[in-house]
Parts: sequence; structure tokens; C-alpha cells
Amino acid sequence: MSRAVVFGGAYAIAFFSFLFGPLIIMVITAFNSSKFPRVVPWECFTTGWFAELFGNARLMDGLLNSVIIGAGVVALSVPIGLAGALALSELPSKLRATLYTVLILPILIPGVVLGISTIVLWGQMSRGLGGAVQAGIYNGYFLTIVGQITFVSAYAMLVFIARLQRFDATQTEAALDLGATPGQAFRKILLPFMAPAIGSAAFITLLASFENYNTTVFTVLSESTFTTALASKVRHGTDPSLSALAVIIITITLVGALTNEAVQRRKEAELGGKASRSPLYANPVTRALTHPGVVFAILVAIVATVSYIGSKHDSSVCEAAILQDKLDRQAELRAAQKAKIEAQEAEQGITVPKPEGGFGGAFGGLGGAAPATPAPKPQGGFGGAFGGIAPPAPSE
Amino acid sequence: MKHLTQAYRALANRHGMGAALFVAIAVTLWVVVFITLPQLSMLDYSFRFNLPADQIGTEADHYTLENFHSFFFNADGSLNRLDLVILGRTLLAAAIVTFIDVIICYPIAYILAHGAKGVAARLMVIGLVIPYWINEILRAFAFRVLFGATGVVNTVGMQMGLWDVPVDFIRADVALYFGLSYAYILLMIFPMYNAIEALDHTQVEAARDMGAPLWRVHWRVVLPIAKPGIVSGATMVFMLTAGALAAPQILGGPSNLWFTQVIYQWFNESSNWPRGSAYAVVLLLTCISFVLLMMRVFKVSVGEIGK
Repeated sequence: MSRAVVFGGAYAIAFFSFLFGPLIIMVITAFNSSKFPRVVPWECFTTGWFAELFGNARLMDGLLNSVIIGAGVVALSVPIGLAGALALSELPSKLRATLYTVLILPILIPGVVLGISTIVLWGQMSRGLGGAVQAGIYNGYFLTIVGQITFVSAYAMLVFIARLQRFDATQTEAALDLGATPGQAFRKILLPFMAPAIGSAAFITLLASFENYNTTVFTVLSESTFTTALASKVRHGTDPSLSALAVIIITITLVGALTNEAVQRRKEAELGGKASRSPLYANPVTRALTHPGVVFAILVAIVATVSYIGSKHDSSVCEAAILQDKLDRQAELRAAQKAKIEAQEAEQGITVPKPEGGFGGAFGGLGGAAPATPAPKPQGGFGGAFGGIAPPAPSE
Repeated sequence: MKHLTQAYRALANRHGMGAALFVAIAVTLWVVVFITLPQLSMLDYSFRFNLPADQIGTEADHYTLENFHSFFFNADGSLNRLDLVILGRTLLAAAIVTFIDVIICYPIAYILAHGAKGVAARLMVIGLVIPYWINEILRAFAFRVLFGATGVVNTVGMQMGLWDVPVDFIRADVALYFGLSYAYILLMIFPMYNAIEALDHTQVEAARDMGAPLWRVHWRVVLPIAKPGIVSGATMVFMLTAGALAAPQILGGPSNLWFTQVIYQWFNESSNWPRGSAYAVVLLLTCISFVLLMMRVFKVSVGEIGK
């Protein structure tokens, strides 16, 4: 049996390395001053990519749009999901299976298809109506909310179904027997019971709306949400400010997860009746320290301090040194290049006509390669012209 | 219809008129306006010509099979290999990714359900969820950083002397396969976990006591219980992978398009909505029939999905 345990442990470690490896590497690249996100060669420790991230106007506009759209989606899809779950609970089993299939389908349909069908339908409708209605319907906000609701409601519904399964229907019946109207029973018994699920459904729908790309990229038309702006940034050249964004999201996630863990532990300890017995809870100081609110406050304070210290970090000296280093290397390469060309020219004498003047500096090495002499390495020839920071090749 | 009114009355009796009305209206709205009408509208659109706005509704605006015809055949009547191959390759790649996910997730789901206890189990769940909270785009970006020409994989590989010129993992679609397998791991593990958790662990022990080797215990005892979860997870992973757009755009090689990218091009670059709609219909129908076929093969019903 122990061999199985060892194997299982090893597999779990390998699996979680696969899960976290890419994220950890991405986090590291956020602090490297190299223009391309990478770990090696390490240039300078910098926090400049965070400033770059917040300075990106398109992402920040997208963030605002995402918040507006997310609010709309949560406000609509949570009630719709609740309605779906309630409807399923009352239907006879055969009909329930059919309705369940229909309602769950939007999760499975490719997001691209949902986005397309949404803009096609509402585009046709708004053309028919025309005028002010057209402007009200046919815009990125409305279309994205409508498109996302279709499948986000299904996520909310799954949360509600799970909660409803644990509902004791006799409670409602007792309330009815005691003279409550059905409406009162609904408001006073069922809704309070569903409250935690409403909270988590709101959270999940907000996250789903925020993260969605496939549907949104079609429905958002000329606007952009945070995610679509992010995607277009990634597609058109990457830089480590995206890694900086990942660092922020991961930090928020970790703070949330740890706080949640504190809440769970406390709940468990209190439910188990261990609260009074456990030394952690008997001592007023440790009891206060393990309170979820305090845990959360401590974590936030740590994050705030670290970001404050980080914002004071100045990497310009180091970066200047690296730049100087690069320039030196470039100059060295150019000098070597020049020497090579001169040597070649001397060897060939004046029999080989000089290449056109315009290319002289950069392509001299290639152009001057006579059949008799060994051709110089092309990499060397391009070095001067494509070095990036080098002055443009002289032209006549 | 009779069942529907019955259910409505049951709702009204139990939760009151207001709640019942709310449920009826919200569900109708959802099913009709948000789910059914858009799909019908897209289907309708896919049978139309791509006309300028002022010609819509005129005589030129009639139904046609043109868009579907041009998906299957070129103008000269030969097979449209380009699009057909892309669709086929997308489905194949999605199937491969799904298969990889089943293989790598099964042991974790089993460990989570029957091996790990207490803190370890809770840490594992948190560890599974955290990567999933990070934006899909950023997850793809992480793989681009990892597999780029100067990425960690290339640097380490070259330093170890495994290869000496940077390998273009992006062009070879290696990064894409990794990224896609990574993206939907959670959706595979949780249904599997839910199914395996239902298994009484004493059954595994009994099988072991009877002398069954480990693989046989899994094949004969655990897998039959896990099957609905596996199919449910596999369906979700397959559909999401086949319909993925962000990961292929970010991680895909320039020469290997994903079918969703073709659709995207018809919409956003060629502005040919009817053609794009037709392609979307093709994608939807192929994916659904593929999944239904698989469900028939493995004898599982749609109702299992999402549980």
C-alpha cells in the first residue's frame, strides 16, 4: 500500500507543478526589466511594469466597461438562474430532464456561436425597429449583457440547484400550516435559506462575465471590455505589464482564499464544540488574531506595505547600466564588423565593384563576398543594422 | 403543456402567485428570447446572401444554400479542402486535448476523493481552484512566456544540451496543446471527483484483499462508478476546447488556424455575416453530433452534465 501512497504523492506534486509552474514563471517575469517577459537573462529587478499597466488607458477603459457589464449581468442572471432552479424543482421528472438539457446547453455551446447568434438576432430586430430603439439595443453594452446572460444564468442555476437539494420542504409546509401565505413562506423561509447561494451565485456570475472572451469579442462591437482589451494586447506583442496584472490577480485570489480558509476553520471549530477547548480560542489574543476579519486586515496590510515599498524601488540606475552594456557590445560588434570588411576589401583589391552606397554600411559584408573569398557570417552583417538601438545605417 | 400548467399551479400553491409568475416569466424569457430565438435567427441568417443594408428586404434578399455550398466546395466544384481540413483538425485536436485531460485528471480526482484527508485535501482543492480564477487570456499568456523562443523551456533545454537552436514551440502547436489542456482541467476534475466520491472505499479495499492488482481495481471497481463523471467532464472539455478562441489566437501557430478563428475572420475581417453564421451553424452541429455520438457509445445521458 505504501508504494501506492508514494506514487500518489509524487503524481500530485508533478500535477500541481504543472498547474502552478506557468503561473510562478509569469509572476517572476513581472519583476524583470527585460522588455520581453522572460526569466533569463535576468536584467534588473523592477516594479516599473505595474506603473506601465496602470498607465494603459485602453485596459483601464475596458475595466470600467467590464464593471458596468458585470453589474448588469449579475442583476439579471442571478434571478433568472434562481427561477430556472425553482422551475426544475416543480416539474415532473421527464419534463425536468428536457428543460435541464435546454438550460444547460448554453454552457456547452461554443461561446463564439452564442456571440454570433446574439448580434444577428438583435441586429435584425433593431433594424426592424429603427431610430432611438436601435441605438439603445444595438450597442456593445446591451448586446454583451444579453449574450452573456444566456450562459451565465446557467452557472447561477447550478449553484441554486445544489442548494435547493438540501432544502427541507417540510419547513415551508409547516409555515403554510401555521397560517402563512405562500408568498410569506417564500420570502421568509426559502429566500433566507437561499441567501448564501445567492451570494456565491452573484460572485460566480460576476467572475464569468468578467472573464468571458469568446462571446464578448463578438457582442461588444467597437467597445472593449477588460478581457478583450487584454487579448488584443497579448496578440499584438507582449510585454511584462501583463505579468504584473497576473501578480495582482494572484495576490487578490490568495488573500481571498486565505480569508475564506480562516472563515471555514473558525466555523468548523465553533460547530465542533472545540472552540472553548482549543487553546487557540481560549486565549483572547490568539482568538482575536484568528478572526477572519483580522486575518483579512493583516493580509491587506502586508500587501499594502509590500506595494508601497515596491513603488519606492528605483531600478533606473541598473537599467541604465544594462543599456550601456548593450551599447558597448553593439559598438564592439560594429568595430569587429568594420575591421572584417576592411580586411576583405584589402584582400579583394579594387577588382570587385563596390556595392551600391546605400547598403554599404549594413550589407557590405554580404555584398562584397566574392566567390573566391569565404563569405562572412550573415549574422555579423546584420548585427549593425538590426541591433535595435544602433543608429540607422548611413545612406547617401 | 398540461404538465407546465400543473407545475405552475404547484409553484403558486407552495411559493405564492408572485413567485410563480416570476419563475414562469423568467424561465420563458430565458428559454425563448435568450436561448432559442438567437439560434433560429443565426440559422435563418446562414441561408441568406451577404447584402448591403439598402438591399435587405428587396427581391435580391431570398434564401440560398450558397454559404453552406461554399463551405464544402470551391467555386470550381472541387472539395473545399482548406475549411474542411481546419474543421477536422480542430475536432481531432479537441479530442486529443480531452483525452489528455482525462488521463492526467483521473489520478488526481481519485486521490482527492479517497487518498487525501483534512488539510491536504483542502489545500488541493484551493490549489485546483486558484489557477482557474486567473483570466483565460493570462493563462494563455503564461504559456507563451514559457514556450517562447527565449522562454524558460527553450533556455533550460538548450543549457542541458537537449537541443541547440531554439525550438519554435508556438509554430509546432506544442504551446497550444499545453495551454488548452491546462485551461479546462478544473472542469474535468470536479465532475470526476463527484462521481468517484460516491464510491464506498471499502469496495476498493475488498478488491485489494481479494488480490486484484491496482490497475484491475481501477478498471473494474472505480472506473464504472467514475464513468458518468468522466463523460460529463469530457463533454465540457471537448465543447469548450473545440469552441475556444482566445487560446488559439494567442498560442496557435500562424499557419494552423482553429475553426473558430475562421468564423471570427468571416465576421470581423471579411464582414460576411451570413457566411460566418453558416460556419457557426456547421461548428455547432458537428460538435453536438460528436458529443451525442460519444454519449451513445458510452451510454450516458445529457442529464448527467453539470452535476
